[in-house]
Amino acid sequence: MRSDRNQKTPLGLKIAAGLGLIFLHAPILLIFVYAFTTEEKSYQWPPPGLTTQWFAVTWNRPDVWEALSLSVRVAAISTAIAVVLGTLCAAAVSRSKFFGRETVSLLVILPIALPGIITGIALRSAFALTDIPFSFWTIILGHATFCVVVVYNNAVARFRRTSGSMIEASMDLGADGFQTFRYVILPNIATALLAGGMLAFALSFDEVIVTTFTAGQQQTLPIWMLEELIRPRQRPVTNVVAMVVVLVTLLPILLAYYLTRDGDQIAGSGK
Amino acid sequence: MTSAVSFQKVSRHFGTVRAVDAVDLDIAPGEFFAMLGPSGSGKTTCLRLIAGFEQPTAGSISIFGERAEGVPPYRRNVNTVFQDYALFPHLNILDNVAYGLMVKGVGKAERHKAAEDALALVRLPGYGGRRPGQLSGGQRQRVALARALVNQPKVLLLDEPLGALDLKLRENMQEELKSLQKALGITFIFVTHDQGEALSMADRVAVFNDGKIMQVGTPQDIYERPATRFVADFVGSSNVLPPDFVQRYSGQRRWGSLRPEAIRVGKATRGDGVSARLVSANYLGATTRLALDADGLRLHAVVPAGTKLPEEGEALVLTFNRDQLHLMDEPA
Repeated sequence: MRSDRNQKTPLGLKIAAGLGLIFLHAPILLIFVYAFTTEEKSYQWPPPGLTTQWFAVTWNRPDVWEALSLSVRVAAISTAIAVVLGTLCAAAVSRSKFFGRETVSLLVILPIALPGIITGIALRSAFALTDIPFSFWTIILGHATFCVVVVYNNAVARFRRTSGSMIEASMDLGADGFQTFRYVILPNIATALLAGGMLAFALSFDEVIVTTFTAGQQQTLPIWMLEELIRPRQRPVTNVVAMVVVLVTLLPILLAYYLTRDGDQIAGSGK
Repeated sequence: MTSAVSFQKVSRHFGTVRAVDAVDLDIAPGEFFAMLGPSGSGKTTCLRLIAGFEQPTAGSISIFGERAEGVPPYRRNVNTVFQDYALFPHLNILDNVAYGLMVKGVGKAERHKAAEDALALVRLPGYGGRRPGQLSGGQRQRVALARALVNQPKVLLLDEPLGALDLKLRENMQEELKSLQKALGITFIFVTHDQGEALSMADRVAVFNDGKIMQVGTPQDIYERPATRFVADFVGSSNVLPPDFVQRYSGQRRWGSLRPEAIRVGKATRGDGVSARLVSANYLGATTRLALDADGLRLHAVVPAGTKLPEEGEALVLTFNRDQLHLMDEPA
């Protein structure tokens, strides 16, 4: 606690803070409420009646399952790619000195600073230019660009905190490169990787813009939701799915927060 | 007899920097050897060459008769105590110490037993369950020592082993390291920039400067018979005497050195000797260090506590035994 205990928070500040929080989170609650409405053609306030039938309807819609499964697969594979590449890149940047190191570090972080639409257009024209057909893998490629950043940032922060002579000590004590990675490096960066990986998963799971440019006919869950809003049928199904998405992405972010709160910032969580 | 460590014309260059430059060195088995020098003199690079973290640019290194170039650190029977100890924060003390045995595939019960023994050796029995973060600097140092010794290395390397400890602890550790080395009979090689440490612990000392060895010898050799002006000045701040001055007293035109404690300071009335004036006096506890000006030549003398000190600016006569004046190899 660094605030002065004797000094009371002014009431006005408390109210302002409360209002700010309500402004941020009330709309999300609204989405939850509409998941239970009986009105299916438009969002009417207050809801004319409450029902839980949309949960069953959603459960039985094959297009929801398809989109969900695509999103999960894309997020899982992008995250896996990001963890491997991000860790390797972080290790190279923080463990050795080479020509262009700062440039590499900047270029890796760039995709997250660039607006998604630019990444999307760039990838789309690149795919078109090289005659790569849009597929499951083009989506993953698009997602991996920003997932790598998240993992990289987390891993780099952790590498900076671990002593370089630890690796030398391990080698000195008879461990080869693989054993050193397995017994010294991995245990020391594991929580950072887990946190970075979960953030990457969450980012990929609700990505819309890059996906629009790199997907063919497939629909990831957020894209499916966008389409669904235009159709005037069974609207609350979208809200049910939205609830699920909120929970699926919120839990990993919370976990990531708890895993790294002893010092590391969760870099890139602001995207 | 095979040397424990032998350097033949070993160089290690980083770009244009000659960190180690054509060094020849032989360290005998069971020796307690010190590499002494200012920072950037190449002593730590030499240590890293023995450990295998660096490869020589030229020359050859052998460890107990086996060629060491190209052999990675994990295949050398050499262990290091790092300056920052480099304990593994995610393992407890016992697993830290047992690490070397673990990667070699020694079973859990056996390696924990060996680790307990090693901890007892460094007088930290029963500390196995703690984390490195829960120990003091001195205790961490002992753990680092135990972690290296548990592998029964043929050569133990210590990088500024006492640098991070406070004075009292440092003195204790000096004695302890020395008796440990005697008991184990392992070759110890340690790097330090503290000449007192090198002189008090080592059997032999190599003085480094600019990537080269200036002199190798016993502490007495180094202290009483420095080969060059650098050694005389770096080890115990001897008075370096110019050739003209030396010629007057020894007849030879060479650079000379004279230990501060070899100079006797007397009143000006007492006849022949070097006339000088007192510039300042520094009280050091057991002794007082006098800065003197002998006709433009700055000299230092050390007198024991309790001696009646002359006044500042007072005219004095300095005398010394001729055999205390050491003539250095360095040409005039």
